[in-house]
Amino acid sequence: MKHNNDLREEILRMSGVDTAKCMKCGKCSATCPAYDEMEYHPHQFVGMVEIGEIEPLLSSESLYKCLSCFACVDRCPRGVAPAKVVEAVRLTAIRRQGANHMTANDVPLILETDTPPQLLVSAFRKYTK
Amino acid sequence: MKVRYFPGCTLKNRAKDLDTYAYRSAEALGITPEEIENWQCCGGVFTTARDEVATKLASVRALKDASDSNLPLVTVCSACHNVIKQTNHAMQTNKEFSDKVNRYLEADGGYNGEAEVYHYLEMLRDLVGFEKVKERVVNSLKGKKIAAYYGCLLLRPHKVMRMDDPENPTVMEDLLRALGADAVVYARRNECCGGYISVESPDAAKKNANAILENAKAAGAEMIITACPLCKYNLVKNGADIPVVYFTELLAEALGVKGEPNET
Ligand code: SF4
Ligand code: SF4
Repeated sequence: MKHNNDLREEILRMSGVDTAKCMKCGKCSATCPAYDEMEYHPHQFVGMVEIGEIEPLLSSESLYKCLSCFACVDRCPRGVAPAKVVEAVRLTAIRRQGANHMTANDVPLILETDTPPQLLVSAFRKYTK
Repeated sequence: MKVRYFPGCTLKNRAKDLDTYAYRSAEALGITPEEIENWQCCGGVFTTARDEVATKLASVRALKDASDSNLPLVTVCSACHNVIKQTNHAMQTNKEFSDKVNRYLEADGGYNGEAEVYHYLEMLRDLVGFEKVKERVVNSLKGKKIAAYYGCLLLRPHKVMRMDDPENPTVMEDLLRALGADAVVYARRNECCGGYISVESPDAAKKNANAILENAKAAGAEMIITACPLCKYNLVKNGADIPVVYFTELLAEALGVKGEPNET
């Protein structure tokens, strides 16, 4: 396990986000279509990474609720791009050996005749490494 | 005019209509789509992490192909378009990333984001022109109240996609008007359908999809058009009681080239 400060640096580098620019207006969370599903909301991801409080995020289901809809990216008045922070934390979690959030064994449970390949491909891209 | 065409995984099976009618309509408008040989799946979602390389290579290969052919790269699925365009932007702006990609691919001449990427809708607007589309209409959709559903991927992130005003887009409505239909404008047309969350939390997808459907119907829509197979799936799966069709199908119908339906 990396020290929190190293984790923070890595997440900032991966995401390319400057979390210090956030003015905590909450607009990202207000527009987030996954808000109700999340334990930590987009503005909290930004704020918690800024102060190095990353462990709670790494183990939160919120990582798998983000839809990559980029609404928070386009609507943040400070150009912070919260979705990129969520993505970097999520990758930090699933890049660890054995930490995939979905496996091929889950596919038969999901697959129906009308399932578009796009759905499976996208879910694998987001949930596995 | 020729263009390089990237169809994407879903257009070869569940979304054959999106693909077939894109071809037929393009040809009716004087565009010849040349399918890229051995194209690979875009992966469905662009990974914004700057250090992710492998997940972006399929897009770079398609981009390089178009650039080497000196032709615009056209995609029709919203997700493919988003992934490919964001990858191109990364190749143009993130030197560390493009260096890694080029060292790995060892492609002749390298690649640094030279290709021009068009969504099919942009091709209609910018390369063909809606005036010309309008002239070619043989079955006008006059009197039909149709709502365009953009979702997220066509429009966002705007800094990269640059397709339309992300909060007040018009390209699909302009197409509908060119085809003679009444374009129904409603607030949720650029909100997310739930995307791949239907794997993780089907109820969450249902909530998003229903809000969009109710909003479109309240505005008077009798039909919804989309460019994305996953948007269509989420809307239909969650009980759409008005038809949800691909914009290319409607276009082919108006241009009189719909022909035989696909077997699916
Ligand atoms: S990209 Fe993710 S965090 Fe941002 S608004 Fe969409 S669902 Fe919410
Ligand atoms: S919208 Fe931007 S500035 Fe406002 S809380 Fe979210 S990240 Fe911070």
